[in-house]
Amino acid sequence: MEAIEKIKEVAAQAVPGAKLEIINSTPAAQQPALLVDRDHIYAVAKFLKEDPRFQMDFCSCVTGVDYLQKADNPGFIEVVYHLYSVAQKHGPIILKVRAPRELDQCRVPSLTSLWRGAEFQEREAYDLYGVRFDSHPDLRRILMWDEFTDHPMRKDYVPPADYEWEPTPHHDTLERTVQVGGITPPTAREELEKARKK
Amino acid sequence: MIQPLTEEKQFTRTPGSEGLIETQTLEVSIGPQHPSTHGVFRMDCVLDGETVVALKPVMGYLHRNHEQLAERMAWLGSMPYTDRLDYLNSMSNNWAYALAVEKLAGIKVPEHAEYLRVIMSELTRILNHSCVIGFMLQDLGAWGTPLLYAFRERERILDLFEAVSGSRMMCNYMRFGGVRVDMTSKDLAVAKNIVSRFPRFLDEFEMLLTGNEVLLARMQRIGILPKELAINASISGPMARASGVEYDVRKIDEYGVYGRLDFRVPVGNVGDVYDRYYIRVLEMRESIKILQQALHDIPAGPHVAPEVKLRNFKIPPGDGYGRIEAPKGELGFYLVSDEGGKQPYRYHVRPPSFINLTTLEDMCLGHKVADVVIILGSIDIVLGEVDR
Repeated sequence: MEAIEKIKEVAAQAVPGAKLEIINSTPAAQQPALLVDRDHIYAVAKFLKEDPRFQMDFCSCVTGVDYLQKADNPGFIEVVYHLYSVAQKHGPIILKVRAPRELDQCRVPSLTSLWRGAEFQEREAYDLYGVRFDSHPDLRRILMWDEFTDHPMRKDYVPPADYEWEPTPHHDTLERTVQVGGITPPTAREELEKARKK
Repeated sequence: MIQPLTEEKQFTRTPGSEGLIETQTLEVSIGPQHPSTHGVFRMDCVLDGETVVALKPVMGYLHRNHEQLAERMAWLGSMPYTDRLDYLNSMSNNWAYALAVEKLAGIKVPEHAEYLRVIMSELTRILNHSCVIGFMLQDLGAWGTPLLYAFRERERILDLFEAVSGSRMMCNYMRFGGVRVDMTSKDLAVAKNIVSRFPRFLDEFEMLLTGNEVLLARMQRIGILPKELAINASISGPMARASGVEYDVRKIDEYGVYGRLDFRVPVGNVGDVYDRYYIRVLEMRESIKILQQALHDIPAGPHVAPEVKLRNFKIPPGDGYGRIEAPKGELGFYLVSDEGGKQPYRYHVRPPSFINLTTLEDMCLGHKVADVVIILGSIDIVLGEVDR
């Protein structure tokens, strides 16, 4: 397995225009990663998968990491891919790609068309971090329930006090009572808010 | 006298169905409270008669955001919590987490502790595989008996775990730099006894099962997973090896002391349910070989690295990934340390049985709904790990 500098050089040649950067791990772990820009991550990944020198056919681990805003950077969501080669029994090559934290801009290309193994893991990253994987075949929530609206692994996520509250048929009945009868029974949410204020 | 069909009656026939009754597909939800799903797991199947034409796994019923909880604790705080991931194999979960932290912090583990880890993790492997085979037969309709045979052997191993770590299933045994308590000479003698009598159990188990006609009829050519798909879908562990993928993290990474132990990696060639059953039998035999060597070779020494201070334990900023060959597949931990380094900034589990579910639909398509149960059983999922 070549050093990360060599991989960077070869990948830069193969994918012209790709912005590559080496990010170091902890000093002891010695697992430097390759940061790729969003426009070229698919091409770089495809190159690493198909090039006979690397043959990264096994996408072991996909995950998101949330880096909050700090003095020197505006904060970003990072998606990390750990690639291994079953054919040549080497690895890992670690690919990182960054997207802005704002939900509407937090998009990266999906690598599921290269590795099926990324399918559920990208769904998990979408569910927990709100990263939209473009051209993912089935991007739905996987661990949280479908009606859930937030992304709970983000560092600025605040769980609601009544996190089990969700609209139920019973809730609709209450609403109708309000409209028809003019009575306003307190909802579970309101009662809890009252209790919290006390 | 039989009346000829009127034009009106003929019209009720579906065009092109040659007089057959019009049929439609049926959507059936198996689970989340179904005994075949091994926990709270659901499969949305679309059936054409009895044949599966589409299947979507639905998970998350046991989700408690394990990762976020771990990010609020000190590094050591989540060690007992890793027991609850794959609750059959707490020892190997502990090892995977300890290994990842040791990688990040650059801790060297004493040899004695490495051998203890190998012993515990291989005992876990034979425990897991014998139980899984029991559960697979339970899924086939052999209620109770094979599972209880497996549980009888498991109980001996759990007794040893309890004697050593204080707990049968939630062992919380490993620490950064070693293990929590040493095994006494009596414990080692018990382990030797378990190892020496296990092959006899395995022979009996195999005599009853491996050539069994019902088992062959229900398992062979069912749920075939091709090798290319297994690699592409990140399938790991016995399931990948049954499909012919010769990949074992113990051989590739040679973590612990696996580099100097002599064992082989069994590989299947069809990739059906039967291969997944038989791979596990063969792996148990290899584990016995490993255990015999480890129990024979174990050197004297400290059971934990003396320089590791668990109080105020810190890791320099950065990330790292550590993985082991758990009984269910490749179990990895991706950890990120921040400034301060007292607790993980990011803690991610790469759960093998969650990712092995990716190809559930591919394996089930075209099979009968009764086979779905055994195909799921052969993947060997534990919902504590799938849902985290």
